[in-house]
Amino acid sequence: MISRLLPVILFVLLGVLLAAGLKIADHKTEIPSPLIGKSVPEFSLPLLGQDDVLITQNDLLGKPYLLNVWASWCVTCRVEHPYIDELARSGKVRVIGLNYRDETTDALGWLQRFGNPYELNIADLSGRTAIDFGVYAAPESFLVDAKGTIVFKQIGAVTPEVIENEILPRLQEMGK
Amino acid sequence: MNQTVFRAVGLTLALLISGLILAKEPLIFADDQQEARYNDLTVELRCLVCQNQNLADSDAPLAQDLRKEIYDMLQQGRTDDEIKTFLIDRYGDFVLYRPPMQGNTLALWLMPAVLLLLGGVVLVIIVRKRSRLLAEQEKEKS
Repeated sequence: MISRLLPVILFVLLGVLLAAGLKIADHKTEIPSPLIGKSVPEFSLPLLGQDDVLITQNDLLGKPYLLNVWASWCVTCRVEHPYIDELARSGKVRVIGLNYRDETTDALGWLQRFGNPYELNIADLSGRTAIDFGVYAAPESFLVDAKGTIVFKQIGAVTPEVIENEILPRLQEMGK
Repeated sequence: MNQTVFRAVGLTLALLISGLILAKEPLIFADDQQEARYNDLTVELRCLVCQNQNLADSDAPLAQDLRKEIYDMLQQGRTDDEIKTFLIDRYGDFVLYRPPMQGNTLALWLMPAVLLLLGGVVLVIIVRKRSRLLAEQEKEKS
């Protein structure tokens, strides 16, 4: 009797295993960042459109900020743009842009067309600094505390849910 | 007619070959050993954008950037481990096609051995059962 049932049991177990695998695979394209809990990597990059003004990671210390990696060629960046704009307007956190692998004129045109929520925009035209941040797609956003430690990374669009459930609670935690 | 076909074939071949030549960035290595290390590293490291391709196969802009980083680090005389650590520090263990043996990957590494052992046990049980059956049949015959 048991030997008859054994294949059925094995089949069911295999099914459960594969179903669990599919469930995990849903989130598989998001790679957990090893940079969470670490300091923002060192960089020295010009402001977008102002090549003579260099910004380093130390210039951003003092208050928490959201570093938003965007580009004019990035379609999803346009999707999240209104939410980034709203977050910046709310005054709850500074939003700093990291313009990634873009053309300066395209980037400036994009800001003019869709609005500029950024306190300042850092130009990483070569994408070299983005590698230090572990960026592999745009948009990506890093929530950084006042001391320059990365506390959260969003891969893909910042949505109202992400702001509500991930960003605002962490900001509140920092405020304490 | 014949000449047209000849020309068409010639042109097709020329286009095919030019594609092959353009496909690789022109990289100059210090020696063959360094080139071999470059090829090994880019095959073993994952492209983060198209996650089922390695860096060598991918044409994604980020893969091109990372290949250039690896090339530059090789020129600076960094070891393979240093280069891998550079990428793991930024992108995590996920960049490695061969995951390291550690707590959360233990099941992954041990599973093949466990399955092999299990299969062996099942095999032994079946063989013993059969030989016992055979022995009984032999007895019945005689």
